[in-house]
Amino acid sequence: MKKIMRIVAEIGFILLCMVYLSPVYIVVTNAFKNRAELYENMLALPHSLDFVYFVEAMEKMHIVQAFKNSFIVTSTSLFVIVILASMAAWMIVRVDNIVSKVLFMVFVATMLIPFQTLMMPLMQVMSSLSQKTGLPFINSLFGLVYMNLGFGASMAVFLYHGFIKAIPRSLEEAAVIDGCNKFRVFWKIVFPLLKPVTVTVMILDMIWIWNDFLLPSLVLSDKQLRTIPLSTASFFGQFTIQWNMAMAGLLLAILPIIVFYIAAQKYIIKGVASGAVK
Amino acid sequence: MRKKKDMLWYLLFVLPLTLVFISVVIVPFFMGIGYSFFSWDGMPLNPKIFVGLDNYLKLFSDQRFLTSAGHTLYYTVLAVVIINILGFSFALIVTSKLKLRNLGRTMLFMPYLIGGLILGYIWKFIFSDMLRSVGEMTGLTHIFFNWLTDPDLALVAIVIVSTWQMAGYVMIIYITGIQSIPEDVIEAGKVDGAGFWHLLLHIKLPMIMQSITICLFLTLSMSFKIFDVNFSLTGGGPNNATEMFAMNIYNEIFSLNNYGYGQAKAMIFFLSVAVITLVQVAITKKREVSM
Repeated sequence: MKKIMRIVAEIGFILLCMVYLSPVYIVVTNAFKNRAELYENMLALPHSLDFVYFVEAMEKMHIVQAFKNSFIVTSTSLFVIVILASMAAWMIVRVDNIVSKVLFMVFVATMLIPFQTLMMPLMQVMSSLSQKTGLPFINSLFGLVYMNLGFGASMAVFLYHGFIKAIPRSLEEAAVIDGCNKFRVFWKIVFPLLKPVTVTVMILDMIWIWNDFLLPSLVLSDKQLRTIPLSTASFFGQFTIQWNMAMAGLLLAILPIIVFYIAAQKYIIKGVASGAVK
Repeated sequence: MRKKKDMLWYLLFVLPLTLVFISVVIVPFFMGIGYSFFSWDGMPLNPKIFVGLDNYLKLFSDQRFLTSAGHTLYYTVLAVVIINILGFSFALIVTSKLKLRNLGRTMLFMPYLIGGLILGYIWKFIFSDMLRSVGEMTGLTHIFFNWLTDPDLALVAIVIVSTWQMAGYVMIIYITGIQSIPEDVIEAGKVDGAGFWHLLLHIKLPMIMQSITICLFLTLSMSFKIFDVNFSLTGGGPNNATEMFAMNIYNEIFSLNNYGYGQAKAMIFFLSVAVITLVQVAITKKREVSM
């Protein structure tokens, strides 16, 4: 009797999970249907695996270009955030003076500022910076990475700060006695120790940057530069929605992140958990 | 000499990030305060006229703005309560002895990764076409119709979509909390004859107060700042019935070109987010038990 209850519980639970994920099922199955088939029954499996709507959606959404842009922006942003924030946080922890205290306080306090409060003046600052320096802060992937670095700084410094505080100094001191300069101490000794928190920072920032819509929509106006959320939005804004093709487009848009999630789920869930609890 | 060298190292490590941060966050923030006292249409060549506190005073008689603030409050209360109850229930289930709990955890968390904009489009199909066809099939057209065309239900639709997105996320945080409760405390409770509800209300909930603080903070601030789902699911419609705070600011600045006035709204937005979340953290932190 107890065994049966157990099996019922397991089945009930997995059914619950499947119902919960049914919107994903709807996207996947309807992406293969033509218009008539889709309206015939939206929950049924497709009659055949027809990839023609994928091809069409790929062309209309410029998905290859968008994927490339998203990939470049996300990976470069993660790279610069991890490098610069870990360096800054290390010094802020190890050099305990008033400057460090103020810096840390400012980094943490500004986490409360919503993006909407900054977006308009930010665009003003960035366009005047472009004019003054000749660097393309507006309408370039470089500019988007630069702004991601600025917005990602607070949380990354905060997480690194908490982690570094718990690391004993003795290893670093030993390295200094051996004649290492600060640069070598950091990269040879400290940075490898920070790996768990680096993974956390990378995962949290990856979810944010890959899916970010508002900031890129303000920064990038060039069609060639669109990231995946931007090309999805313009795709839906442009056409009266043909849902079967739209489903193929949505599936293409979520596919990379789902594949990545399935491959790295353990790290992702762990990273999100430790990032939030800090 | 040594001091000077240390100083140089300090600058080398701290300055690059700090300079970027200042130009992206700090300078725009203070400029934003400045802009909020001006009337300006965003055209670089057009004059910025100083109007003092006029922008802020105008807010009180701006019906569309007040309505959007009302929507935000209504949405936030509903979303925070539902997301946390559902997320916590999920956490209870997947920390039980079920064999499939890890698979379930993976599945329930997945929507969070898809991102608000795309989630909104997926659910737009479900509400606009699927719900309607379910209504036609079952004849229950007063329940199953396109909710997005109904001013009241459209807001509920946004709550449903954000719940789908966020419940798995808070679940992860609650799991961490539940797993940190020492096994012997639960055992002791059971020995003393505590049932499921007693264990839940008097032992588990007080002991995961820290997770509750975090989850409330995250859901509260995310709900208050919601934009992506609002944009892609309803676009603020029908008839501005689902336009929320963040979207109202966006429209004021970039659609209506009222840069100064929109910025005043944005400053009020910042103050509201800051006050509400800080008050919440202060209240729930007091209830945390230390072990």
